[in-house]
Amino acid sequence: MNAARIGVITFPGSLDDRDAARAITMAGAEAVPLWHADHDLRDVDAVVLPGGFSYGDYLRAGALARFAPLMTEVIAAAGNGLPVLGICNGFQVLCESHLLPGALLPNAGLHFVCRDQRLRIDDAGTAWTADYSTGQEVVIPVKNADGRYAADRETLAELEGEGRVVARYLDLNPNGSLNDIAGIRNEAGNVVGLMPHPEHAVESLTGPSTDGLGFFTSIVKGLVGA
Amino acid sequence: MARVVVDVMLKPEILDPQGRAIAQKLPQLGFDGVTAVRQGKRFEVEIDGEADEAALDRVRKIAETMLANPVIETFDVRVL
Repeated sequence: MNAARIGVITFPGSLDDRDAARAITMAGAEAVPLWHADHDLRDVDAVVLPGGFSYGDYLRAGALARFAPLMTEVIAAAGNGLPVLGICNGFQVLCESHLLPGALLPNAGLHFVCRDQRLRIDDAGTAWTADYSTGQEVVIPVKNADGRYAADRETLAELEGEGRVVARYLDLNPNGSLNDIAGIRNEAGNVVGLMPHPEHAVESLTGPSTDGLGFFTSIVKGLVGA
Repeated sequence: MARVVVDVMLKPEILDPQGRAIAQKLPQLGFDGVTAVRQGKRFEVEIDGEADEAALDRVRKIAETMLANPVIETFDVRVL
């Protein structure tokens, strides 16, 4: 059987597209490069929006990337169930695209934060977290300037009530995120946004752990089993 | 040609750490009596022709589509 094909979108200003592609390869899938200016998802089985500073984060983080040509296809495909993972800047793009509720604002401390962060996986039921167990604690780096998750009270209550907080910060909250939210999912569970960088925690040589690999093995196993 | 201003502000319930940092600095500079500062963005949009109601509607559409994120921000459109 052919390997699953997982696309990684490169926007102008993406930084972690290669790391994401590498993590995908390590998880046993084929990483397919996608270009923001195309209108072609190249028949991929899932898409990763990587970290970085797309379009310089001008206006708001993710605000201009949301209007990249390829996002038309991503938004349509996500609505039809295509698994989509947005990491850091990718999470910001997904919120700006309204594929996920809420928004990501400048860190409450006004500093860029880069640290190995302990997290708890609060929802192991998504396409991207099935290889974890709910309640599992992991260490994955965060590195962001705009990581403060914000949403109105009703949205927050809905996310909590429906168990749609995928990951939560432990020990300390690096950015003032509401309810210590590090990641959320859409109602269907195919779209996940995550502020920490699992692609930076896939090898002991370069990461604090290999705890991040689970996001990629989750989707690969799900696609192969489908 | 007309110039239309779009003011964008964070919704009141959203924490504005930049505004708060500014407000905290003011007493040290001798400016007393400021209870809060909120920082926003101002856009000046130049348009062809007159700033009639149709043109303002177009700018409002621009504001809600791109200049502001309605999830966290409000905006106000006026002719300069």
